[in-house]
Amino acid sequence: MLAAPVTVPYVRYSIRSAHWWLARAFSEVLKKSNLEKDAVDGLTVSSFTLAPDTAIGLTQHLGLSPRWLDHVPLGGASAVVALRRAARAVQAGDADIVACIGGDTNHVDSFRLTLANFSQFARDAVYPYGAGGPNASFAFLTAYYMRRHGAKREDFGKLCVAQRANALKFPLALFKKPLTLQEYLSARPIAEPLHLFDCVMPCAGAEGFLVLSESKAKSLKLPYARLLGTIERHNAFAADPVQMRAGWAIDRDELYRQAGAEPKDMDFVQTYDDYPVITLMQLEDLGFCGKGEGPAFVRRHSFTHDGSFPLNTSGGQLSVGQAGAGGGFLGMVEAIRQLTGEAAGRQVKKAKLGLVSGFGMINYDRGLGSGAAILGTAKT
Amino acid sequence: MERQKRKNPVLRTRLPTLPPAARSRVALGLTAAAALGRFELQQCRDCGTVQYPPREACQKCLSTNLAWQKQSAEGEILAETTLEHSNDLFFRERLPWRLGLVKLDCGPTVVAHLHAAAKQKVRVRAMLDRAGQAVIAALPQQETSDMADDRQLREFTCDPKHRKILVTDGKTALGQALIKELVSHQPEIVWVGHAEPWKKFAGFEEIRTLPQVTLVPLDVTDSKNVREVAAEIAGKVDIVVNNAEVHRSFGIANRPGVESARAEMDVNYFGLLRLAQEFGPAMRSRGADGRSSAVAWVNLLSIYALANFPPHGTFSASKAAAHSLAQCLRAEMRPAGVRVVNVFPGPIDDEWNQLLPPPKLAPAALARAIAGALRDGIEDVYPGDVAQEWLARWRDNPKALERELSA
Repeated sequence: MLAAPVTVPYVRYSIRSAHWWLARAFSEVLKKSNLEKDAVDGLTVSSFTLAPDTAIGLTQHLGLSPRWLDHVPLGGASAVVALRRAARAVQAGDADIVACIGGDTNHVDSFRLTLANFSQFARDAVYPYGAGGPNASFAFLTAYYMRRHGAKREDFGKLCVAQRANALKFPLALFKKPLTLQEYLSARPIAEPLHLFDCVMPCAGAEGFLVLSESKAKSLKLPYARLLGTIERHNAFAADPVQMRAGWAIDRDELYRQAGAEPKDMDFVQTYDDYPVITLMQLEDLGFCGKGEGPAFVRRHSFTHDGSFPLNTSGGQLSVGQAGAGGGFLGMVEAIRQLTGEAAGRQVKKAKLGLVSGFGMINYDRGLGSGAAILGTAKT
Repeated sequence: MERQKRKNPVLRTRLPTLPPAARSRVALGLTAAAALGRFELQQCRDCGTVQYPPREACQKCLSTNLAWQKQSAEGEILAETTLEHSNDLFFRERLPWRLGLVKLDCGPTVVAHLHAAAKQKVRVRAMLDRAGQAVIAALPQQETSDMADDRQLREFTCDPKHRKILVTDGKTALGQALIKELVSHQPEIVWVGHAEPWKKFAGFEEIRTLPQVTLVPLDVTDSKNVREVAAEIAGKVDIVVNNAEVHRSFGIANRPGVESARAEMDVNYFGLLRLAQEFGPAMRSRGADGRSSAVAWVNLLSIYALANFPPHGTFSASKAAAHSLAQCLRAEMRPAGVRVVNVFPGPIDDEWNQLLPPPKLAPAALARAIAGALRDGIEDVYPGDVAQEWLARWRDNPKALERELSA
């Protein structure tokens, strides 16, 4: 079961270190669940800027003594993978209550430094090429997708505009102004065909949630969501010259089989949305439409929380901000809120089932990690 | 390409910045090949898989038995973008910047700098960037006459076009061949050094009448003279071609005293040191001075700098000393993005190599190789068959070459 979804309010720049943000996420989780520190006996940590520390350093930093610990540095795939590991630990009895936290700080110059040293391949074979960071890599994928599948900028724009509308109902989103399609289209180019509103804004922030057994959640009187199915796959389709699909395409049947559900049963979807083209890739690979049918799917649906296909209902990273590895948690935390009825003005009506997708680590020319989870309400 | 207008000397000169220089050690294999103008990628010796980016093991069979091998440079652009934003100072000053994702015929997909005329089918090259590290650039498949003028490509090359060049010795056959060759590349100006200016030398009139050429009295053994010439032109020189050399045959036992060896060292080693001390600092300050910035320093070394050739033993030693100093100069010029190009010819077809059998390198061929290296951005030049063979032998087994040369 998943409970106690928290978001530490994001800021564009922070003078604090990652430890501060992760400490805040952890203490918010405790506050929300009314638990003492020592009651949490399992911990997963996801962060880029925690270096030179890893999860184990954080235990001493925060005075914790968990009997189960995992460091999950998988960027946008972190939350799904952390959930999978934590759920198995709880299932096996290795821990009773696991806190999964993810977040990063963002100093004025830390994004550049993260890019320059993101991975060996990035340092050797991407960063010396204009130092555009992920913008350049995703510009390639977007350009290729547009040419191959006939997507227009308007299609990506429709997603961005809808997500902004969702974000206006999420008080913690960093973007507070409505976005029109015209503004989207006329924004300055960053790396053709990407323009300003196609790119996430790096920021500081943290997210967290608890994983625990149903009996524990009930005895603690915590509202909870249920994990119904989940998959994970890394470096899938390595021989594809350009990334147009990822691990979901291999494992999605298994995902729906576990959950006993089909794509059409999902009441909302939280994709990993660092760039809108990646949302289309996920919708295709997760079976909401066929490969290359993303543009038609977008034209057919509306994506606000009250639309025909509620998507990234808190605004996604594109409108909330990308808090490093916290970005991988944003959709998960929002899904728990939706399924425990905490989503306030952006609540998807009668939401029973939701799908959360994670995608992370542009190591060289593509994202390596993919994962997904189907969550349901306590009653499912 | 238009020639650059004369700069207002009161305005600030743009300071040199470098593109990101950090590489893993294994990735320096690409740099080693690019320095020679070769395109090589890692290939597994066991299963033959070609891979990129460089790795410590074969991604197919996990063998660590990997070699850098020449690969087909043909490829196709899968996707392209133009950066309008960069997180790095060097690129921020040079936006917009065109990049492509290129599928190579030999297998891997590579991120590449895209020449403005590169469309669909391309030919890639590993080139050194201003940081001295290799990058992959995709060029049009067919060579065009103005290809080298590309704004991005010019950041990787040291093209003599529109640049101001100093050739340190115009008196030798090579010097005169160099001047004629460089003049054909549309330089802005070629200063030609000549020691003992009161003596007219063969070919003097022909060189003097070339419109691009200005003769300057220059004796690299004279510290005061070098300083005076530098005071006049060092702030304007974009490319130094130091071809001044003294070459005497014989080794140790067949020549009494140290006078000949000292003369060789005075020109071949100390001459380079004097020039580098007087011209280096000014060139370093102009490493990013517009489209025709200070860009290269060429040293005429010798293949004998790699391993001593006993019949020309003291000459070999002086060139080895110069080679070592050139490595120091290279390190000192790198922060400014000024490339030090070392040229390692085999025997040149001149009077000092009279007793060596052919093949010998014609001065005009050597001059073409030097100009070509500048245009193509190559750092280590081994022109001609003899140099290529010695290089191959030396890379294969330096000890074996020592024995072969002393036979």
